[in-house]
Amino acid sequence: MKWIEVRAPGLLTTVQDLGREGFGPLGVSASGAADAVALRIGNRLVGNDEGAGALEMTLLGGTFYFPDGGVIALAGSDFCAKLDDAPLAVFTSAAVKPGQTLTVGTTKSGARCNLCVEGGIEVPRVMGSASTHLLSGLGGVEGRALRKGDVLQVAAPKQAFRTFRRRAANGRALEKLKPRKILRVTDGPQSDWFGEKAQRVFYGNAFRVTEESNRMGIRLDGAALTGTETGEMISEGVSLGAVQITAGGLPIILFVEQQTTGGYPKIANVIAADMHSVGQLRPRDEIRFERVEMQTAVALLAEQEKLLSAKELIVE
Amino acid sequence: MPTPIRTRFQIASDQSLLVYFDLSHSTQQQSQISKEVHEQVRRLVRLLEAEPVTGVRNVHPGYASVLVNFDALRLRHEDLQETLGGYIERMEKVALPEPREVEIPVCYGGDYGPDLQGVAELRRLTTQRVIELHAAREYLVYFLGFVPGFAYLGELASELVTPRLSAPRKTVPPGSVGIAKNQTGVYPVATPGGWRLLGRTPLKMFQSDRAEMSLLAIGDRVRFVPISREKFVKLERA
Repeated sequence: MKWIEVRAPGLLTTVQDLGREGFGPLGVSASGAADAVALRIGNRLVGNDEGAGALEMTLLGGTFYFPDGGVIALAGSDFCAKLDDAPLAVFTSAAVKPGQTLTVGTTKSGARCNLCVEGGIEVPRVMGSASTHLLSGLGGVEGRALRKGDVLQVAAPKQAFRTFRRRAANGRALEKLKPRKILRVTDGPQSDWFGEKAQRVFYGNAFRVTEESNRMGIRLDGAALTGTETGEMISEGVSLGAVQITAGGLPIILFVEQQTTGGYPKIANVIAADMHSVGQLRPRDEIRFERVEMQTAVALLAEQEKLLSAKELIVE
Repeated sequence: MPTPIRTRFQIASDQSLLVYFDLSHSTQQQSQISKEVHEQVRRLVRLLEAEPVTGVRNVHPGYASVLVNFDALRLRHEDLQETLGGYIERMEKVALPEPREVEIPVCYGGDYGPDLQGVAELRRLTTQRVIELHAAREYLVYFLGFVPGFAYLGELASELVTPRLSAPRKTVPPGSVGIAKNQTGVYPVATPGGWRLLGRTPLKMFQSDRAEMSLLAIGDRVRFVPISREKFVKLERA
């Protein structure tokens, strides 16, 4: 049995996997990694199943002590990490000797970085998933963000006594999977509530990510969509990535810890292939929306899936 | 003869499809809240639980709709729509479980119900009358949504109908019992919220380590029972 000690938790570090689906009728949203693409790559780098539990760090990473060593990989934005004193690149696996310390710093680019560990982070499964749902206090470590002094258990790896071989993600694939600032969307269920003028404002302007953004939703600031029918609707199910327009005319992108139902009209919906890009948005980032057809959205997802499942993604 | 109900499909995203139910005589553009429509929602959710469709990941019921999330690499909107169409044709035969009757003890007013006085003033009622009206009815759980275990209950007595607060609270304590328009509900966890708070229950609305995680389920009948502060404290400790 291996352990990791949390010496410093970072700004907001939680245990995440690919989320818990199927509990919508109870009002439970899936949660899961904000950048699921990075999580899946990171887990493959350390020989885990793609959906193994990992630590998701936000803007500022933590400091972790490995009394028993292990194999790790950082996946996501570059948070300037060091293993003892040696810089550690993202999307590369590394062997940690017993007694070494990983110090993860501040982001150089996007909002999130995952720490994947061979075997996966072991926490009690809640509704079949390790992922933390902060708002409702479900999953992960007591349903909360990590604290200094937490001790995390690492599950036994699938293959014991494997000799360590450094693995890295294919650079060309990573380039294609890079998070975007122009988010591609399809029409939302209430697109036709918004007239030509509102549509022009929505697609013609950049929006700024506000400080109030979190895993529940990305609140945007910028040109308000005026002249819309802001008539409140009776509550209905809302999908991941839904772009709802609030009473003030500003958009909110519903994210992994989303409310399951809501009453605001949705002008658009971020496509599945771009959801990991949403997970890398930082406060003050500028984004734009680009409308695509349904068949394009599905083709982009298929392309992404092909890259992620390809054997060539991981280079030894 | 049952009221005929229309079904309407609407693409919500590249990985979800909305099914709306409307009373066929309705001329409204939007679906309306009604018990007949609710029954359809409940039937479809039940059928999807009993006979899961391959590729469907999640289901989010609403007042008059069901959002179906799916894996876009395994299902297309057209195919899912066809499958769901077949389910809907068979829905009349779906047996629904008998609704459970659930009593929720509530300590009204004071710091547990900071909006009780305000609602009374808005509706020109005494606070006592507000409590009586709120506790007199049996409510239907239309669906669970928003956050884990939050039941949308209706419908409120017309005398109590009030708009949401213009500025939502940053945090509403768990157990808070609120009203908004013709709905009422209990906040299971601390969340931001704009409903007007009349009181608080000591019951835990949602617990993931309980066999029945949510105290309430879609279709249940709910009554609020006024209790004293002493009783609240006692029940909270239990």
